[in-house]
Amino acid sequence: MVKLLKYMKPYKLWAMLAPLLMILEVLSELVIPKIMALIVDYGMANHDTAFIAVMGVLVVLCAFIGAFGGVGGAYYASKSAMYFGADIREKMFRHIQGFSFVNLDKFHTSSLITRLTNDITQLQQIVTMCLRGLVRSPMIMIGGLAMALSINAQLTVILFAGLFIMVCVISALISVSFPLFRRVQLSIDKINTVMRENLAGIRVVKAFVREDKEKEKFREANDELMNITIKAFRAITMMMPVMTIVLNTAMLLIVWRGGHFVASGVMSKGDLMQYLTYITQILMSLMMASMIIMMISRVRACTDRINEVLDTDYDIVDDPDAQTDVIKSGRIVFSNVSFSYPMSTGDPVLENINLTIEPGETVGILGETGAGKSTLVNLIPRLYDVSDGSVTIDGVDVRKISLDYLRKSIGIVLQKALLFSGTIAENLRWGNENATDAQVKAACETAGAYEFVTAFKDGFDTVLGQGGVNLSGGQKQRLSIARTLLKDPRILIFDDSTSAVDTGTEKKIREGLATRLNGTTKIIIAQKISSIMGADKIAVIHGGTIAAVGTHEELLKTCELYSDIYNTQIQKEDED
Amino acid sequence: MAGPTIPGGRHRGNRGAAVEKPKNIGKTVARLWKYVGKHRFKLILVVVFVIASTIINLRGTGLIGSTIDDYIIPGDFDGLKTALLRLAFIYMLSALFSWTQLRLAVNLAQHTVTDLRRDLFDKLQVLPLKFFDTTARGDIMSRITNDVDTVSNALNAGISQLISSLFTICGILYFMLRYSPRLTLVTVLTIPALLAATHLITKHSRVYFKQQQKVLGELNGLIEESITGQKVIKVFVKENDVIERLDTVNTSLKDIGVKAQVSSGIMGPVSTFINNLSYGFVAIAGALMNINLGVITSFLLYSRQFARPFSEISQLFNTLLSAVAGAERIFDIMEMDPEPADLENAVELTDVKGRVDFENVDFSYVEGTPILKDINLYAKPGQTIALVGPTGAGKTTIINLLTRFYDIQKGKISIDGKNIFDLKRSSLRKRLGIVLQDTYLFSGTIYENIAYGRPDATAAQVKEAAILANAHEFIRRLPQGYDTVLSEDSDTISQGQKQMLAIARTILADPSILILDEATSNVDTRTEVKIQQAMLTLMKGRTSFVIAHRLSTIRNADLIAVLRDGEIIERGSHKELMQKRGFYHELYMNQFSE
Repeated sequence: MVKLLKYMKPYKLWAMLAPLLMILEVLSELVIPKIMALIVDYGMANHDTAFIAVMGVLVVLCAFIGAFGGVGGAYYASKSAMYFGADIREKMFRHIQGFSFVNLDKFHTSSLITRLTNDITQLQQIVTMCLRGLVRSPMIMIGGLAMALSINAQLTVILFAGLFIMVCVISALISVSFPLFRRVQLSIDKINTVMRENLAGIRVVKAFVREDKEKEKFREANDELMNITIKAFRAITMMMPVMTIVLNTAMLLIVWRGGHFVASGVMSKGDLMQYLTYITQILMSLMMASMIIMMISRVRACTDRINEVLDTDYDIVDDPDAQTDVIKSGRIVFSNVSFSYPMSTGDPVLENINLTIEPGETVGILGETGAGKSTLVNLIPRLYDVSDGSVTIDGVDVRKISLDYLRKSIGIVLQKALLFSGTIAENLRWGNENATDAQVKAACETAGAYEFVTAFKDGFDTVLGQGGVNLSGGQKQRLSIARTLLKDPRILIFDDSTSAVDTGTEKKIREGLATRLNGTTKIIIAQKISSIMGADKIAVIHGGTIAAVGTHEELLKTCELYSDIYNTQIQKEDED
Repeated sequence: MAGPTIPGGRHRGNRGAAVEKPKNIGKTVARLWKYVGKHRFKLILVVVFVIASTIINLRGTGLIGSTIDDYIIPGDFDGLKTALLRLAFIYMLSALFSWTQLRLAVNLAQHTVTDLRRDLFDKLQVLPLKFFDTTARGDIMSRITNDVDTVSNALNAGISQLISSLFTICGILYFMLRYSPRLTLVTVLTIPALLAATHLITKHSRVYFKQQQKVLGELNGLIEESITGQKVIKVFVKENDVIERLDTVNTSLKDIGVKAQVSSGIMGPVSTFINNLSYGFVAIAGALMNINLGVITSFLLYSRQFARPFSEISQLFNTLLSAVAGAERIFDIMEMDPEPADLENAVELTDVKGRVDFENVDFSYVEGTPILKDINLYAKPGQTIALVGPTGAGKTTIINLLTRFYDIQKGKISIDGKNIFDLKRSSLRKRLGIVLQDTYLFSGTIYENIAYGRPDATAAQVKEAAILANAHEFIRRLPQGYDTVLSEDSDTISQGQKQMLAIARTILADPSILILDEATSNVDTRTEVKIQQAMLTLMKGRTSFVIAHRLSTIRNADLIAVLRDGEIIERGSHKELMQKRGFYHELYMNQFSE
């Protein structure tokens, strides 16, 4: 919490105004009973109508001041909390945008989303409550106690006893119910899991006629949630009744003792009445304070989660003297490259890779899943950094090149084609904001996307849902290829990005690329040999090392692994 | 909606429109009553206890004041003692009542929402696939969590508080009248001001909160998109664009948030203000009217309590309204048409030989856009039928129809000559084995996942299925073997291994007819060979429909049906189709020549 307070700095004036204004409200609440007592004791006893009228006006005035303070306090408390939270959210989001994938892998996507939304919303609510209540409650309590003491010190003993009992009861109930509420949260997670699985796997459920079993599973989780919730609430339901008992008992004792004081003339009737009012106020504010304390102990979880994100240090940043304009021809050299994921204990993903890719060459990369193909190409635009060795482009280590410039110069079509909500044209122009319609059209034609896009009713203005939900896998892949082509990069990388495109279209795309981008260095990762057979050279990756490099024909002769793959994929078919 | 519309019948209004305000409060409340009414006895007790403790509390307030007048001023301390003891007893009783009431209310609320959740989940199990294919998952999840929660909140505290507030107002008025009708009049004068203020504030805050919820939803979408799309954003160096987009939404959330918070936050001070005013009026009026001290004391205590129930009711009103809106969203799902019931004289599908006939089948997901046109396809027992064609040709749809995930609009599909519409749906699906491209496993152990279709299988049977599916080897090498727990999105096992588990699962279910959707990529060649072997084992002796991507599968097929734009344009064996030099030949050559 303390760490996050620095984000309150720009709004410290508002944040201070809020409790200051609340003081006005508290003061009016404390003063009004005092004036009332004066009316009763003095005005009424002496039948001094003028005095009563003056005091009456004073009460109205106090009420106005109190309302002014209350409304103002609410305004500034809300305002500072909202601005504070919005700033933290922006900071967090900005911070996340700078995350490397090593950073990002530390958190789950859904957890990052909750941190940016729920956690911050809760934080805002609690800040508002604190600014208004945390000052108000103790103020009323202290003020009320002072007033009570000034009226009669002896009666205050009863008050303190009541306060003490209440504090004990509240802390006992909180400590009992807290662990239970954590278990409620776990039960809710369980229900959500069953639910999510059934929504995602509904075809399997139906196909195996498992509806009844799934219902049973849900029923179990559901009943468990009910039982634990009822149990957790049991402690909370005791809170109010117990507190009212303590409150009322204190009142009765004070009437009893106070009655004696009134009879012996130590205290006036008005004083006793006033005293009762203060007690109610004090104990009520204690109840409020205990609620706030309960909330604060819950906000710790939120602030911890927010800080965890903000405290994560970037592990890929620009070198202080990073260069731009160094990528001219697109010659890529991997020398002695090794890579393993930080904190992973297993074998390195890549080990001692040496590979030179000449300008304008087309290089195919082939290998089993998990062999390290994607990791290898991810090192070029520094999505990850090498653990050992170096990757250079045109002689410059990628770590010495400005990140923005590096990534803008490299076009990489990812395995998972991801589009964003917006129109197709907007998505394509991610590659180049200023692309002309003709350029967009040309890129789509090369990527084999022009035909189906123009077949849509709205053509390039077709609005895509989140993640491009209204397109097929192959269509998404073709659009993401077109998007990358619009970048007009020096180096073009395809990371198994035509897997859902049918073979005919894939072949056309390959031909289009060969003729239109013959000066560009191209790296193609593929599962199918047919996709890379025509490459200038093919690197076969096996278990994180390069098993062989050569042309298709060379590899067929020299590399057993390659000819194995080739046989399983193709030769058997040709026997017919 | 898909259901037939009765001519002249009233249209139910647009379902797609955002539901924030309940559209039909009466109907929804009546449906909700069916759930609450089950626990009628508890509800009645809650009401009784609420009323009892409210009355006692009110009575107590008055008695404290009168003790001052009746006993302290005359100096009757014995009388004071008995009066106070009586009061203590009453307070204890009231606390006991309110405790019982609170516990009952929690119990009632929890039972009700548990029933609601259960029925909602049960309903989901019978809804047709169309529902799941066309509804956003997040939306359904939100109904079962957020919407059920709003109902739970309202039941937990709402009902008893509403009754208690209403009763407090009546009670206070009653006691005030008894003490002094003239002073009561003074207090009542502030009610219109209170009501007007409450109305004005809630009217605004409701609008603000609605807007805030909407902007929050927008923000959620934006954040989700930009985190899942991180790689793309980095690769295109679009970080600043995305931050800019967030800033816009974040700022509007901030602005509307301040409005919402302030408008609900000033409720307290405003009602305190009005309360203070009436407090002052009562004191002044009392003094001027020369009313005795005890009466004024009690009266002041009452009037301090007077404003609270009003602001409580106004806030409750929002809670209740959103609960009804939430319930309506839940009932919206419950009202949807389930998968059509089995025919009355539907029969079990037993002793399947495995002949499958598609005759003149037409189908469209959306009216007017036919997906399949006049499909005729005949599979003899034990045959393998390969479905080939470009994406979107309708291959998956054929599978959806045979399983009755969707129902055909024209034509006939039959198994062993029996129309699938005349069969019990569950027995049909039990005889069909489906291996989908996107392998879906459930959280639980590997053992449980293999036994998914046959929970009563023995350990030996499970192991045998795993062996046949080529999965036993890798399972054995896992530290926990068959007891390895798979969790959501777990990376404990690879995609290829997941596919082998799915095959084992189907082998164990021992279906008569198979439907296979071959995975296209992301599996390495060696694993692919293993999967291939497992699939062949599975297909042995069973009629199989395969959406084929591998030529080895296609070559072994008895019949290849080539689909394009929803029509079978070529059919025959691999050799025949190659000789024909048509579309299939073109597809084949494209893939395997360079």
